[in-house]
Amino acid sequence: MTTTITSTVLDATGVTMRFGGLTAVRSVDLTVNSGEIVGLIGPNGAGKTTFFNCLTGLYVPTDGKVTYKGTVLPPKPHLVTQAGIARTFQNIRLFANMTVLENVLVGRHTRTKEGLWSALLRLPSFSKAEAASRERAMELLEFIGLAAKADHLARNLPYGEQRKLEIARALASEPGLLLLDEPTAGMNPQETRATEELVFAIRDKGIAVLVIEHDIRFIMNLCDRVAVLVQGEKIVEGPAEVVQADERVIAAYLGTPFDGAPGSEEAAEVEAAEAHSTTSSEGDDQ
Amino acid sequence: MTTNTTTDLTKSPSAGTSPLIPLPPALARATTVLGSAVALAGTFLAWTWTEEFPGNLTVTGYPGGLQILTLIGSALTLLFALSGYGIRGLGWLTPGGTNSPVLLLALGVLGTTGYAMGAISDELGGLVNLEPGAWVSGIGALIATIGALGLPYDQPYDAADPTPDLWGKIRKFGGKARHALSAPEPGRAKELPAWAEILIIAAGFGAGLYVFAYGIGTEYSELFIGFLIIAGFGFTAVNRAGLLKRLSALTAKHRNVTLAAAFAAAICFPFTQSNDQFALIGANILIFATVALGLNVVVGLAGLLDLGYVAFLGVGAYAAALVSGSPQSTIGVHFPFWAAVLTGAAASLIFGVVIGAPTLRLRGDYLAIVTLGFGEIFRITMNNLNGNSGPDVTNGSNGIPNIPDLEIFGFNLGVPHDVLGTELTRSGNYYLLMLLFTAIVVMVFRRSAESRIGRAWVAIREDETAATAMGINGFRLKLLAFALGASLAGLAGTVQSHVSYSVTPEQYQFAGSVPPNSAFLLAAVILGGMGTISGPLIGAALLYLIPAKLQFMAEYQLLLFGFALMLLMRFRPEGLVADRRKQLEFHETGQLDVPEGTALPDGATGVAKAGA
Ligand SMILES: Nc1ncnc2c1ncn2[C@@H]1O[C@H](COP(=O)(O)OP(=O)(O)O)[C@@H](O)[C@H]1O
Ligand SMILES: [Mg+2]
Repeated sequence: MTTTITSTVLDATGVTMRFGGLTAVRSVDLTVNSGEIVGLIGPNGAGKTTFFNCLTGLYVPTDGKVTYKGTVLPPKPHLVTQAGIARTFQNIRLFANMTVLENVLVGRHTRTKEGLWSALLRLPSFSKAEAASRERAMELLEFIGLAAKADHLARNLPYGEQRKLEIARALASEPGLLLLDEPTAGMNPQETRATEELVFAIRDKGIAVLVIEHDIRFIMNLCDRVAVLVQGEKIVEGPAEVVQADERVIAAYLGTPFDGAPGSEEAAEVEAAEAHSTTSSEGDDQ
Repeated sequence: MTTNTTTDLTKSPSAGTSPLIPLPPALARATTVLGSAVALAGTFLAWTWTEEFPGNLTVTGYPGGLQILTLIGSALTLLFALSGYGIRGLGWLTPGGTNSPVLLLALGVLGTTGYAMGAISDELGGLVNLEPGAWVSGIGALIATIGALGLPYDQPYDAADPTPDLWGKIRKFGGKARHALSAPEPGRAKELPAWAEILIIAAGFGAGLYVFAYGIGTEYSELFIGFLIIAGFGFTAVNRAGLLKRLSALTAKHRNVTLAAAFAAAICFPFTQSNDQFALIGANILIFATVALGLNVVVGLAGLLDLGYVAFLGVGAYAAALVSGSPQSTIGVHFPFWAAVLTGAAASLIFGVVIGAPTLRLRGDYLAIVTLGFGEIFRITMNNLNGNSGPDVTNGSNGIPNIPDLEIFGFNLGVPHDVLGTELTRSGNYYLLMLLFTAIVVMVFRRSAESRIGRAWVAIREDETAATAMGINGFRLKLLAFALGASLAGLAGTVQSHVSYSVTPEQYQFAGSVPPNSAFLLAAVILGGMGTISGPLIGAALLYLIPAKLQFMAEYQLLLFGFALMLLMRFRPEGLVADRRKQLEFHETGQLDVPEGTALPDGATGVAKAGA
């Protein structure tokens, strides 16, 4: 799965998403290379989640093309996952009434083949595949530190552990690229640092990461490259320090008039977000 | 055994445990024991003077009919009340609550006896028709109930101070009453050797079979009502005493033994019934239950609300009827049974795919409405394929009658047979055949639920968007669940057509008076417990038996049914048998009971959605 350092994992060109009159994402280009952690930042409502939904086939983009390792992705979520892109959600979407282990096992759906007949007849291949899946799932739970809670219901986990479990579930599909939508939202500083470690560890497994984040320290520590989305358009892209110093970014975050002026309440919201206390955002984020 | 602080008789009732009737605990317990003994003694006296009241309650020294129910109930009350004294050898009866089971049983005895007295005076015209024995039992039951109300609570009660007005007082009383019936969870059971545990499971199922067979065999509705009262209270009491928890812990440990025991008990049933009519009820319950279990794949696992499910039963039944060799069949072929079964299942499968393919792209409410429509379309189509308004395939509303009895390996299911000295009636034969199909459906449900496919279904039920983002092809898996559910119903339909001799369109309605209809199927699943195996089986048994036994209430059947469902949804939304997840979902009791030392063998962790 791991190839040379420079190979392109994800290549999105001209991705556009319109909802009626609203253009939530406007002609965004983005590439992620293997071994990279790329950050995607921007004020609330900038279209980051919508962009993720376009990449993963939950939305069919109005325009644009997404390729994964050279093949064009069809806009069907299960085929995208099959191809090797896994994701988490901004507002946690676990299978609340399944156990922790079962959640991870569901994540392995695309990497196992056993159909209904095999399950009904309980052929030897079934038990073997099932045992292998469980072993793999337990390894992942070990990796994120939830092995002891394998039999708990997902809904009973504390918030931070639910976020971790979502990551484990995504990793279970053995992705080449992991999309994380605000993985530290609602976490305290210690949990945020732990998540940083986790993302590093994931990168070290040879999985490229594209992460939406508000916590500026998280971005600075983690990302090789950062892209900034404002009102659906990518305004800057580059190394974290460069982006942080860019005046257009500062303008977008501080609310100085820029090309159509983000509202003042939005700026306030972003400030709040920078104090890393963002818990939720408006709209139906998927 | 667990030590239970409230069994300490010397402790005076503190403010926290002060019961509804403030009596010293020792006096309360003595009163309960005395009362239930009196009630028990009363059953040996005559309750009325004439045999006009069914069951012959006129003989002294020989309890009959409703007296037997009071006898059993008061004997149980006595046992549980004595267990509260800490008498050696009775402690195992009450690992959970000690006093709430006594109260429940006492109420049950009071209910049954009171009902019997009321029914006697009502049917024979006045209280004068009661002989002293009835009064003895009735007053004994009343005394026992008063005593039981004076027993301390099993759990300390700390209610918020209510407002001083009347409403506050009512609320306070209601809270206390509810609390008096609650009990703590039993502690962990002592380790027993495996053979003893298996014996306990067998005894549990034996008792279950006996109670069930008794219910089916009740010959008149008074006895059945009395049975329902005492069985309802008794079941709750056994549950509060913690015995059910203990038993289900054992069944979870020995799942294959449990399945075997359940089927052994089910096989025994027709041999306990010499009356063909009761065996027929058993066979019909099995058909209903099997179809409900098939629906549970669709509703309970995949979360698809199907309101027209009975149509698949109908497709299977019609297909089997057409190839059954019935003289009225428009095809006029006679397939062997196995081929008829395959035909029925395949026809339902095709019907399921044809309906599912366009509708399963819809979500939620739309699906329910479209399936409801399709269910009705099936019935109307069967009515119209009569040669007048359409081609003659089904004989319209006359249906296909005179379906010949099956003959399997030279064994004619239509005539009684002698098996090991007991006679197996026609319905008994079909019951056993149907039981085979039930076993197949149970196996299909269990194995598919505990697989990659079953997990994908549950994932779709939980959150379809997240499921597709995990790589699950939502449409394909929903179609698979729908088609599997349809063919299971079709299987049951092939037997049903032979059991009932004929198929007519009116058997397959959305809601009707004879149970396998879409509304009752769904109710059986919800009442019994979604996503479990035993739930729909129990739900179907109750929903079939109650209307069948209480035919004088037929006019009010739907009303009462609706009322019962409302009560159930209010007090036990997860159904009678709780999926262990559902229990947590509806009652925030915190963490799942994680087995001690989570180092289970890999294969044993996690998935147990198939319930008890
Ligand atoms: N399904 C949808 N229908 C209509 N508008 C949407 C939809 N999804 C997102 N939007 C709009 O698109 C814009 C971008 O939202 P989003 O991608 O959630 O922002 P971000 O994740 O950057 O905070 C918002 O104005 C939001 O209201
Ligand atoms: Mg967002």
